This record gives sequence, C-alpha cells and structure tokens, in this order.
Amino acid sequence: MTAVTTGGAVMGGRAVMAGRAVVTGIGVIAPNGLGLEEYWSATLRGETGIRPIRRFDPATYPVRLAGEVTGFEPKDHLPSRLIPQTDRMTQFAVAAADWALADAGADPAGLDPRAVGVATASASGGFDFGQRELQKLWGQGPGHVSAYMSFAWFYAVNTGQISIRHDLRGPAAALVSEQAGGLDAVAHARRGVRRGAPLMITGGMDSALSPYGLAALIASGRLSGRDEPARAYVPFAEDACGHLPGEGGAILVLEDAARAAERGARVYGEIAGYAATFDPPPASGRGSNLRRAIEGALADAGAAPDEIGVVFADAAADPELDRAEADALAAVFGPRGVPVTAPKTLTGRLYSGAAPLDLALAFKALGEGLIPPAGGGPAAARYGVDLVTGAPRPLTRSAALVLARGFGGFNSAMVVRSDRAREGER
Amino acid sequence: MNRRVVITGIGVVAPDAIGTKNLWTLLTEGRTATRLIRTFDPSPFRSRIAAAVDFDPVREGLTGAEAGRLDRAAQFALVAAREALADSGLVPDPDGAHRLGVSVGNAVGCTQRLEGEYRKLSDDGARWLVDHTRGHPNLYDFFVPSSLAAEIAWLVGAEGPATVVSAGCTSGVDSLGYACDLIREGTADVMIAGGTDAPIAPITVACFDAIKATSPRNDAPEEASRPFDRTRNGFVLAEGAAILVLEELESARRRGARVYAEIAGFASRSNAYHMTGLRSDGAEMAAAITAALDEARMAPSEIDYVNAHGTATKQNDRHETAAFKRSLGAHAYDVPISSIKSMIGHSLGAVGAIEVAATALAIENDVVPPTANLREADPELDLDYVPLTAREQRVDRAVTVASGFGGFQSAMVLAGVEERAA
Repeated sequence: MTAVTTGGAVMGGRAVMAGRAVVTGIGVIAPNGLGLEEYWSATLRGETGIRPIRRFDPATYPVRLAGEVTGFEPKDHLPSRLIPQTDRMTQFAVAAADWALADAGADPAGLDPRAVGVATASASGGFDFGQRELQKLWGQGPGHVSAYMSFAWFYAVNTGQISIRHDLRGPAAALVSEQAGGLDAVAHARRGVRRGAPLMITGGMDSALSPYGLAALIASGRLSGRDEPARAYVPFAEDACGHLPGEGGAILVLEDAARAAERGARVYGEIAGYAATFDPPPASGRGSNLRRAIEGALADAGAAPDEIGVVFADAAADPELDRAEADALAAVFGPRGVPVTAPKTLTGRLYSGAAPLDLALAFKALGEGLIPPAGGGPAAARYGVDLVTGAPRPLTRSAALVLARGFGGFNSAMVVRSDRAREGER
Repeated sequence: MNRRVVITGIGVVAPDAIGTKNLWTLLTEGRTATRLIRTFDPSPFRSRIAAAVDFDPVREGLTGAEAGRLDRAAQFALVAAREALADSGLVPDPDGAHRLGVSVGNAVGCTQRLEGEYRKLSDDGARWLVDHTRGHPNLYDFFVPSSLAAEIAWLVGAEGPATVVSAGCTSGVDSLGYACDLIREGTADVMIAGGTDAPIAPITVACFDAIKATSPRNDAPEEASRPFDRTRNGFVLAEGAAILVLEELESARRRGARVYAEIAGFASRSNAYHMTGLRSDGAEMAAAITAALDEARMAPSEIDYVNAHGTATKQNDRHETAAFKRSLGAHAYDVPISSIKSMIGHSLGAVGAIEVAATALAIENDVVPPTANLREADPELDLDYVPLTAREQRVDRAVTVASGFGGFQSAMVLAGVEERAA
C-alpha cells in the first residue's frame, strides 16, 4: 500500500514509468520585458516595470503604481480575428505560447495532435473584457453584450485558445489557486507528460488592471499604496507595506525528457519536484503549511536542501506573510541558509503568471550561473533571509526552488534542476 | 500496489432537490425543475427561464455571517460538502489533515456577487472608474474563485493540496478526475471534490442569449430542456453543486465505509476546434471515452449506462451521439443513454459533478434515470435515450461525459465495487 513518491505516478490502475519532464521552450510577457532574453537581461540589470498606471487614471484609487506590460501590440502577435474576441490576458497567453513553441523548435504539427495537451492557470479570467461587457449590459442593455463574452472571461479561455491555435487535442486543464495556481498548472502538465503526452503547453497568465479589477485587488488588503516605484513593493524589508499588482506571466513547453533528447532539443532543465499544501484556518492559531510544501517538493525531487542554490520567494511584502515565509525557509535551510531572490519586485505580483515567470528565471539562472537580484534594499535582519539585492550573485548549485502562495492559504513549491546536473552524474 | 479511488460520500444542492435523496427522487420520478426566472426581471432577455435552487442559506445550516460573506456558489458548495462528509461517516483526523485535499470545479466564478458589486461600484454602468470605497469587504474572494476551495478546506479541515479546476462546462467532472490523480499518485488519501456554480445572473443570461445557446421556450419552462428531442432549441441555465468524498479504496475499507462506486477511469481531451463549436464527428469526446475505458480496463460492451452531457442544443446532442457511436461501436445502440439536464438544467461547472453523483446512484440503486421531455424522436439521433420514465435494470458499470466551451471533452468511468473486487 505504499504511496508512490518520487518521480512515479500510478494512473488508472496501472503504473506509469517515471518519465522526466523537461522544459524546452519558454515564452515570457513581463512588465519589464517581452520575451525571455529581454526579460532576463532587464531583471539582471534591476530594471523595473513598475510605473504609474497608464491604462486609466488611477488618481482616485489608493494604489497608483502597477507592473503594466508596455510595447505589446496585439496586432503584431495575433491574427486579427482573435483580437476582438479575447481579453488582454488571453492575447498575452496566445503570444507567449507561440514564442514558447518557437523557442522549443517543436512544431506541434509534426506531433500527433491527439497527444499534445494544455494546462494553464488563471486567477481572475478575462476581467478587463468582463468589465467592458458589464458596462454594456448595465449602461446600454442586454442586446449590447458581445457574443464573445460567453467565452472571453471564463478561467479556461487561455487553455481553449492555445489548444485551438495549435490544434492540440490532448489532455486539457485549467486551474485557479490564485498565485499558487501557476505552479499547480505546471505540475499538472507534468502529470500529462508522465502519462504519455509527448508535449504539454503550460504556465499561467493574468491581467486584471482595469478599474474594477484594481478595486477588487484593493479589497484584498494586500496592496501597497506607496508612490515611489523603488520603495513601494519591498518584501522582507522593515518598511514592507504590501505588494503592487502586475500583469503578464509565462508559458512553458514541457516535454518528455527522452523525447526531447531524441530530437536533440535544447533543454532548460527539469521540473523535478512539486508539492502543494493548504494552511489551517486563520482562527486556529496554527502556523502556515508552507514548510511542508517545500519539504514535499524536495522529497519529490529527491533533492537535499543543500542542492538548492536559490529560492525564488513568494515575497508577499506583508510583515506576517514575510515572517511565515522566512520561518519556513529557515526551518528547511537554516537561518540565512540559502540565497533568496524576488525579481517580482520589478514586475509586481502577477498572480497566476508570477510563478511561471519565476520558473523561467530559475532556468536562466541555473543555465547562466547567476542569481538575479530582487529590487529594493536588503532584507531586515530580523527575518534571517539572505536576500540577493543590488547586483546578481554567482549561482553554483544545480537546482532552484520556486514558491507561490495563493490568497486564502494555498502553498505550492516546485524544485527545478538544470540538466547539467544530470550530465555531472553520468 | 495500485491505489484505487472510490466514492464514499455524496452531497448535492440541485434545482428542486437539496440533498442527495431528494435529487434521486426527482431524477427517478422524471420531474423537471425549470421555471421562469424570479430573482431578477427577465423580460429584457431572450431566454427568461432557468432551473434555480430554492435555497435559504440559513435554513441549510449556514450562519448569517457566512451567508453575507459568501457568494451563492460558495454557499452551495459548503452545504453540499457538509452533507457529503456526514454521508461518508468520515471524521477528518487533524493528524491526517495534510493527506486530505480539496478540488472544486467551477466555470464562471462568483458571478452573482461580481455583477452585484459591479452595479454598486459603477452606479449601474454609469462609470468606468468604479468607486472602490463602496466594495464589499470580501470582493477579492469573489474576484478569484479559488476562495471556493479555501472555504471547503476550512470546513473539512483539509491541509493537503487544494485548488479550483475551472475548465468551463467540464469542470465538475474534471475536478473529480484531478482528485483521482492526487489519490492515485499518493499525494492525498482523501479528496473532497466536486463542482459548484450559481450563474443565474443577468450577465450570464445575456451572454448566452448573445449566442442563442439557451432555450427561449419561455411559455413552457418545465418542458424547455428536451435533450435529444427533435424540437430541442437550447440548454436551460441552472445552478447547483455536488461535492463528493473520494477515498483510496483500502483506507475506505479499513474504516468500513459504505462505497457507492469506484472511479475506474477518467480522461479529458480538447477538440482544438472552436471556443463554442463542435466538430460533428465527435472524435475528441470519443477519444476521451476510449481513454477512460482503457484506464478502467473495460470494453465498451461492459458499459450498462451512459450519463450523457445532453444539453439540448442542436449541435451538442448530434456531436455526442456521434461520439457514442464512435467510441462504443455497436454497443452504442444497446446501452441506455440519458440526460439529467432534462430535469435539473445545465449548471455549468457544477453539473458534471452532479452527474457523477447521479451515475453513482444509478449503480447503487440499479436504476437508470430518464431523459425528461423527450417526446419526439429526432431521426438523426437513433440511440436509446430512455425517454420520460426511469428504468430499473442492473447497472454495474457506467460512463458519464461532459463537453464544454473551449473545446473540453471529458469522460469518467464508474463501477460498482463489490462486482469489481472479485
């Protein structure tokens, strides 16, 4: 009755061999860079995408900064017929999926479409589109609501549109667990690969920077109202006061390792371990289960803590949540036991998009041997967190840990490993 | 050793049927729950009917504070989860909380609250720059529907993996498939899983109006949802929830739990065709059915009952009939097929889970629920759709399917467990 743990999965009454799932393509839409290379170099330089909101006049709101994506012209990236029927987050997702597939050199047309699947995460759906249609409904009447509304704002739209665009007819899924969903979707795509899909498109994308979206984000009580871009979102700092919202995310091509090797694909690295937990009820007084998620992801990867060279923190920038994250890291790695970074300080929190973006950076970091810094100043000493700030720091180990917590108590952790680590083993 | 997943508890909130027993009575009597919409003025809309739940949250055991804090979809989910847990007899052990997870299917989030809040903040659409100061304190929970999973997790004391599976109209069955994955791979021993949706709101009605997907048979609401009938003209929007307790078989046996059925196979596919359209050949739904049967190691001829998606749109019922023929071969003509959406309508991300519950009950009771309102056969649809009257017959193995916007196609195979254990 043993539970199958590391690398194995039992599916439908028959064991499936533990196929390794590797990332071979990455498409990035970030407030400080479009495309992986632009985003990576902007992040290394500490270039921020946090700016005053331009999409609408934020003067009447207590939050006026955000990580808006600039320079993304839908008509440059999407067929014209798709533009009126999609929200901005779907336009991002479709473009990023195109880039990820091109990056992987994997033409899905060359694969059996019945086998290739899609699993994505979204936290708030096509919300900007939704606000526009609500305004039409209540301002003008039911006859003015778009025929596209029925599918433009639901949470599964990105999975649907990506599958249609590339004729992917394999397993399809869409998950919502706020910020944690970005890792949950990638983990679910790994299940798809282990179950036999040669390739899965995965990741997460969100954009809710419409006025109603901002009002909802403000209601979370987690946003920062500061107006200086460099000091507004400063996790683990003495003066941390919440986060800034951003838009964007990343789409990854996940592939069976043997198949990727066979076709000579460039491999960024492996999705080596994952675990998810949920926190006890707030009133229980018991602490967070983030530590258990980290330990679970390490066990799933068969990794000892000292294999991890960098942690991409969830970085809530809320004193209580920063404390919980710092404590979980200290419990697993020891006080100041592992370098920690939070490049999301340069983009804002991207909800479902955040962790896939961190995965993209983690693979670049492992490949280039550099830890990208967090924006803002050093961590307050009381947290005992070795936060990398200022300049990039050398990265010598072979694995990275990405953390993502979702509002309400969702904790997900993922270990990624560079493929060079395996070459070393051989 | 392979880990097998069984259903040990069922909780349901359905139109005209709060509680599992009431659902089963409604389904076996062939009663229909569609009425004129009464919660708002439906007169400006093309389709003015829906299958609504007569639901008072406080009467169903929620506190006034919970009723105020929670969207209707969350209220349904909590009531159903509470019933499911009580039905299973499972008393969650705090030491095992990390082995207990949650996955909830939901298609359109907390629509009613999101729309209601929008109206308030925008002065009924008068301003684009909404007034955030008037927002409900829980607006963020309505904005990101993972709050639905969080609420259930708090209710049952789950500290394992929790998520919302939001694959449109296949969400209800997909969330159960996701839960099976977690139990089989060893991540969880028990999952509280199912679906909930409360979409009967002007915005939802308007957007289905805009594509003429819903039935405009406003003069005869109770007869509006008529799957597989020649005169069908669209689906009936509905609301509801079903939450199930899924357990690893051996642990269920160890505690002497009553087992409704085993979830023996699940598969999802995408048709990669159109966000709302379906290929007429049903190939991807057929592929999902075949994959689910393979996983269950069953031949098509062993299936005793098919719970259809059966929305009563022209397109769906043709698509699905083609898919059954393609996946089940000659057996498609012999096996009884029915759509309970004829009675409880289409509650989007919830109904797939209600249909899994109904399929488990069909196995438990050896009764096939009927397709209500099926009076005029469609010459194009030539299978046995069990018109009007429930049928007593042996049901050991059954398939339930779902199909949705975005191209999602899902199939789940259920089996009575005594029979399989031999």
